[in-house]
Amino acid sequence: MRPQVLEKEYKYGFHTKIAVEEAPKGLNEDIIRFISTKKNEPDFVLQFRLKAFEYWKKIVEPKWALVNYPPIDYQDIRYYSVPKTKKAPKSLEDLDPELLKTFERLGIPLTEQKRISGVAVDAVFDSVSLGTTHKEVLEKHGVVFCSISEAIQTRPDIVKKYLGSVVPYTDNYFATLNSAVFTDGSFVYIPKGVRCPLDLSTYFRINNKESGQFERTLIVAEEGSYVNYLEGCTAPSYDNNQLHAAVVELVALDNAEIKYSTVQNWYSGDVNGQGGVYNFVTKRGLCKGVNSKISWTQVEAGAAITWKYPSCILQGDNSVGAFYSVALTNGKMQADTGTKMIHIGKNTKSTIISKGISANESSNVYRGLVKVMPSAENARNYSQCDSMLVENKATAHTHPYIEVNNKTAIVEHEASTSKISADQLFYLESRGFDVESAISLLVNGFCKDVFKQLPLEFSVEAVKLIEMKLENSIG
Amino acid sequence: MLDIKNIHASINGKEVLKGLNLTFRPGEVHAIMGPNGSGKSTLAKVVAGHPEYQVTEGEIEYEVNFRKKDLKAMEAYERAREGIFLAFQYPVEVPGVSNIHLLHSAFNMVCKHQGVEEMSQGEFRKFIEKKCEMLELKPQFLDRSVNEGFSGGEKKKNEILQMAVLNPRVAVLDETDSGLDIDALKIVAGGINRLKNQENCIVLITHYQRLLQYVVPDYVHILSDGKIIKTGDKALALKLEEEGYDWLIKS
Repeated sequence: MRPQVLEKEYKYGFHTKIAVEEAPKGLNEDIIRFISTKKNEPDFVLQFRLKAFEYWKKIVEPKWALVNYPPIDYQDIRYYSVPKTKKAPKSLEDLDPELLKTFERLGIPLTEQKRISGVAVDAVFDSVSLGTTHKEVLEKHGVVFCSISEAIQTRPDIVKKYLGSVVPYTDNYFATLNSAVFTDGSFVYIPKGVRCPLDLSTYFRINNKESGQFERTLIVAEEGSYVNYLEGCTAPSYDNNQLHAAVVELVALDNAEIKYSTVQNWYSGDVNGQGGVYNFVTKRGLCKGVNSKISWTQVEAGAAITWKYPSCILQGDNSVGAFYSVALTNGKMQADTGTKMIHIGKNTKSTIISKGISANESSNVYRGLVKVMPSAENARNYSQCDSMLVENKATAHTHPYIEVNNKTAIVEHEASTSKISADQLFYLESRGFDVESAISLLVNGFCKDVFKQLPLEFSVEAVKLIEMKLENSIG
Repeated sequence: MLDIKNIHASINGKEVLKGLNLTFRPGEVHAIMGPNGSGKSTLAKVVAGHPEYQVTEGEIEYEVNFRKKDLKAMEAYERAREGIFLAFQYPVEVPGVSNIHLLHSAFNMVCKHQGVEEMSQGEFRKFIEKKCEMLELKPQFLDRSVNEGFSGGEKKKNEILQMAVLNPRVAVLDETDSGLDIDALKIVAGGINRLKNQENCIVLITHYQRLLQYVVPDYVHILSDGKIIKTGDKALALKLEEEGYDWLIKS
């Protein structure tokens, strides 16, 4: 019907040539001790890792998600890989120019003159954080924003208190693996009553062909504090699969608010489904205090397979959880994503808005749980799950699980499935829109409720990303 | 301005238009009538450039601002930007996109294409609210999603609103009168009459003479089995209303 738009190149698919220090492939206690020693960790962290590893050996990979992939050989993965440096760089300016160039190509300039104003960035390259920007301003407000490795050295008290408190090492197969081998990730601490003066953001880059990325992020918002956190992800185009098994833990105390946004654009494999990142991620926020708020906003546009359920435990009375998601799959991508909202406290509220777009031969699953515990008087949930199919071979599934154990709860669920139809395209074309702008208009309309949750620049990026991915997909 | 010469067009291998000829000149109003399945909507889609219809033979020559264009070689959106407009029989819903956003984007795209200055949001809002008055549409109508939850009358009025914004040279209105009550029909007809001028040509595809009482055609064409079998003036429409198509098709 229309000429197939040529597959646009994944523009982040380049590889950075850089000398690395790495552990041999494989996973055993020695490797874990090696990682821990390299990072000069206190004993409690090593013990956490070893317990997780012991547990991991006894459990098996979950199979309930609607995704297919060949068995992963966990002994064929490199668990530690960091760029080699002669001496520790004092600041980001002293980094290997190759690394600075890499991040510049990714649109994340790190040097003083070029860095983005209003946003502090933590740049994570394979297993290591390269450093964070805007440190001085943040320090003035008592905000700690650094890599988790650094936090283990400088703020072991906080790390010890909260590490594994939201996602215990026994949580699930991939979280357990992460607990054993996590290398880097971001750490954020917002002191009592502080509204973080900048948006904080972490940019994750996988570079090594054989390494996995096991980042671990911990965000603690003390009473009455506020933080807006963003993360972005890309990886080179390799013909093999890289495993990305991250854990993110958020803790919001009384009256605190955390907004966490992700734009995920990992390499998703070629047209034949060769290569791409396995994005097996556990993200969970604990609304520990009264009136606390946590919101997850995600735009999932990359990765060969996504297995991810950013969730909220609404423990504090009157706490509020939200999940806004756009998941786009094209080519042979598979996504099984959604959320869990666990209502424990009284008058807790949650909102779920999920928009799945599936194109080509991809599979897109929404899987979500709303659970109201007996203690959660007057809990309220509203869920809306919409799927959009772009071609006949694509599939969309919605699996909402609702468990209500308190009669005062009000739980609503709405779902719809639609298609970008030839009629819609022709209608818009006959009003002067070319195919690309017509698709962009349709998709923006479909995702509007989610995009409006993102900070402005991120929202513009997200729209562009989705448009670019879809241009390739409409036949 | 638009010359359709011996057009043959098919969809999914089935020929629907079988050597159709029509000439539209500026300042004219044409009505196209004909039994169900005779090819009226196909004609509209072929002129607008629907990608699923294949023109297998014939020419569509279009002249705008003294420049000749081969319409066949142009995509639907290019035709729209060059002044071809189709009011849909069944307007399509565009969820999540506000009516004013679609109208404003379309307006600016056409302006840009024609080298005219684009309008800011504020300017456009004023401009479009005037047009809304003409169709007795409330300003809130602009902030609703395109065609979503619109009544039948609102959908058709919205098509005329889009026409008012795009200011086309050739406007093909495909059964714009169907599904309208008498009051809505009068408003829509009034809108069409206001938009009619010496530089554009209005083509009304309709089953009923009723619309033609309000928008008086210069020509009435009867389409049957993919061809124009008779052309007359408004009296022909009246005769059809009384006698049906049998006398034409049998003869």
